[in-house]
Amino acid sequence: MKWEPVIGLEIHVHLKTRTKMFCGCTAEYGAPENTRTCPVCLAHPGALPVPNEQAIAWSVKLGLALGCRIADRALFHRKHYFYPDLPKGYQISQYDAPLCLEGRFVVPGADGDHEIGITRAHLEEDAAKTVHVGGAGGRIGGSDYSLVDFNRGGTPLVEIVTEPDLRSAEEARRFLQLLRQTIVELGISDAEMEKGTLRADANVSVREAGETGYRTRTEIKNMNSFSFIARGIEAEIERQIAVWESGGEIVQQTYDFDPGSGALTARRTKEEADDYRYLPEPDLVPVEPPAELVERLRAEVPELPGARVRRLEGGLDFETASGLVTSGRDRLYEALVAAGADPRAAANVVMNQLAGAGVDPDAVDAAELAKLIEARESIPRGVLAEAIAASGEPGFSAERYLGEAAVTDVSELDPIIDRVLAENESQVALYRGGKEGLLGYFVGAVMRETHGKANPKVVNERVREKLGA
Amino acid sequence: MIDTLRLTAEEALGLLERNDVSPGELWDAYRAAIDERDEELHCYLTLSDGPDGEGVPIALKDVIGTKGVETTAGSKILEGYVPVFDSTVAARVKEAGLPLLGKTNTDEFAMGSSTENSAYGPSHNPWDPTRVPGGSGGGSAAAVAGGLAPWALGSDTGGSIKQPAALCGIVGLRPTYGTVSRYGIVAFASSLDQVGPTTKTVRDCALLYRVIAGRDPLDSTTAEIPQVKLPEAEDLKGVRVGVPRELNEAEGIEPGVREAVERTIELCRELGAEVGETSLPRSVDYGLPCYYLIAPAEASSNLARYDGVRYGLRVSNGGYHGMVEHTRDGGFGDEPKRRIMLGAYALSAGYYEAFYGQAQKVRTVIADEHRAAFEDFDVLVSATSPTVAFPLGAKSQDPLAMYLSDLLTIPSCMAGLPGLSIPCGLSDGLPVGLQIVGRQFAENTLFRVGHALEKAIGFDYVPERLR
Repeated sequence: MKWEPVIGLEIHVHLKTRTKMFCGCTAEYGAPENTRTCPVCLAHPGALPVPNEQAIAWSVKLGLALGCRIADRALFHRKHYFYPDLPKGYQISQYDAPLCLEGRFVVPGADGDHEIGITRAHLEEDAAKTVHVGGAGGRIGGSDYSLVDFNRGGTPLVEIVTEPDLRSAEEARRFLQLLRQTIVELGISDAEMEKGTLRADANVSVREAGETGYRTRTEIKNMNSFSFIARGIEAEIERQIAVWESGGEIVQQTYDFDPGSGALTARRTKEEADDYRYLPEPDLVPVEPPAELVERLRAEVPELPGARVRRLEGGLDFETASGLVTSGRDRLYEALVAAGADPRAAANVVMNQLAGAGVDPDAVDAAELAKLIEARESIPRGVLAEAIAASGEPGFSAERYLGEAAVTDVSELDPIIDRVLAENESQVALYRGGKEGLLGYFVGAVMRETHGKANPKVVNERVREKLGA
Repeated sequence: MIDTLRLTAEEALGLLERNDVSPGELWDAYRAAIDERDEELHCYLTLSDGPDGEGVPIALKDVIGTKGVETTAGSKILEGYVPVFDSTVAARVKEAGLPLLGKTNTDEFAMGSSTENSAYGPSHNPWDPTRVPGGSGGGSAAAVAGGLAPWALGSDTGGSIKQPAALCGIVGLRPTYGTVSRYGIVAFASSLDQVGPTTKTVRDCALLYRVIAGRDPLDSTTAEIPQVKLPEAEDLKGVRVGVPRELNEAEGIEPGVREAVERTIELCRELGAEVGETSLPRSVDYGLPCYYLIAPAEASSNLARYDGVRYGLRVSNGGYHGMVEHTRDGGFGDEPKRRIMLGAYALSAGYYEAFYGQAQKVRTVIADEHRAAFEDFDVLVSATSPTVAFPLGAKSQDPLAMYLSDLLTIPSCMAGLPGLSIPCGLSDGLPVGLQIVGRQFAENTLFRVGHALEKAIGFDYVPERLR
């Protein structure tokens, strides 16, 4: 039987505004506990929220990048529940009148573009951080006491909800990578999963190919890297298929994914359904983004990563194009090609050597690096590596390295080749006896003798000639 | 000798300006009055140590947050809570140099019409201490009427400034929603709460309103306001006074109250006003029930922060959820509990549209009805309270009877409109209040009408038994 996964994502993005969502406290990580707080974010009696204009503008910008319609009139709502990390007893969030809605985001795949529907993107405040001391498993129930750090409380978050349009764990991962790259390029968040500034939960169900309705879905939380997300979703898809195939039923449930063991652990089910008693926030007036602001922000949205992958595919395979874009290296790649570098070689240098050497692609002078790439055949390998590693330095010039062209002079190389062959009589005999794989062994020895300065292509040809003689 | 029972704030200001008395002497006079009569009246929950300004002293209702001065909102759950910041109105009052006499009694979280819901015991009416001063701002009203403060601030959600002013024979203004900052005011129902003055005269009221009103960047719902004018005119020429039938013929209006109001309406004519009948058919029938959905719904939300985690009462018992449960059970009195339950129910899934959502729609209808009436009239008049001050205990066991005290004040509150209550006579020796409702931001009109009537009525605001 052929099963089709149905996946939707819920993504939280921490905006990097200077101050919190509804008060003037600075929003920063790593400050001593409870030092970035005030009456508003500690919910003292009478304290009132004042919305952060920057956060609203950035949310609109993100909404535009996600192809959303920007609401003429959005509302904040209060979402109620009791928890020590929620000082007001409610979270200010958005409910039935979000800021951004009905968008779509293109995820290119090897088999074409997939459009992922964006249900909504809304603005809300984050909760504080709690630490439960004593008891079992760091949970509030059974702990000896809990400590709360309100520094994070009230920092701005955008929640993005997708339609259940993703059809594989891999596609979900690619969607998130492209989304992350978009967010970073908008300059509104660091969007780092390890730091928790980008978090994603997945809703997963499976159905038989051809089926049109949706089956019961489960939610997977606690996946803090792209590969964990892919693995978590994959594990859940397999589990669900196994359940259906053995005649079982999927129960609506939330799971935590443990990347160490690969296991999914069901969270304790609540006895009653959540009732958040949503209430339009009476302390805030409706958000009505002016049309001029929306248009100005629209003009600031850069070309989206999905479109760039498609464009790069002209000269490259899908994987490479996708890799360049999601790693944020495609702009350098394009500059190199524009400066005359061979596309495949440029992609290889940018993705492997430059990345391996830890060079910041934005710091590289593309024209200079393009010169190196063009002359790569004639520059000794060690020298090329050294040059690439230095290409991000200010005032970098290719000239110096181009001067160190590889030794191609046969009269200089021949005596060395002859010596190497003479020293390895038995291998030479084996080669001549048919073991042609030994060619690389001789070439390597010659390269070592010349300290990497010989042109490997010339050495290759010359050795083959001599052995064939 | 300063007669705090008679001295208006404006007169006190004059005494200070002319150096007839020193700020210290003025302060001491009120402190002496407090020492003399507060044991009987119980207006104050907290008294200041000494004057922190050189102006005319002021009393603030205990829902108004004051930095460094305990602010309980009349609740045990906030006993000992000392704000680390000033509410905007407290800051403006301080900036104007008005020293704080103390914090006045209130029904718990401003929920009530008699101060009998205060966790710290009721206040008493200076006209007759066996009767209530009204509520929730009964402490402020009794303090001003009893000469224990020259003026005071209250807060009004459904009548908590106007109704006690009426029952104590003084002036109270509930300003247009959005003219006075709510920042630092212990919230009851955010879309209705509004701070306003409680004073002896309409001019005092305008003076104090001028100090506290105006846009505040810390309260997103505030707006810029027109310049406040001190009323001078003693006639009502050119003013169109509307008499809404339903507000004036509502069931439960005492005959003595009706007579005093009718006399005052006649007086409006004599002062040159054009008087006519008008109608608010749905505002009175539906105002109260809808108010008792919206206000408790918002209260259930606003009171969620009292969980014992950060400040106020904490009753530790059985982990986090046990602590929250026991703290709230022990800290809240019956009325907040009643409203939290009503409100949580009205907001719960599946009931929202039928209750809170529907009430909000009715609120729009009420606002539209008022707008229509204001096409023909500049102000609408009625009694403020259907009854004069009632005896302590008369309604405290019957929440519905108590809720009806606000029947006439609630409609304009729901519409976000300003309302002024002035004393307009006596019934059985107890003050009757006239409610004057105006258009949005038309406080100046209310001051003008109130001032002219005040002059013509010549009501003596000093309680008879204290003269």
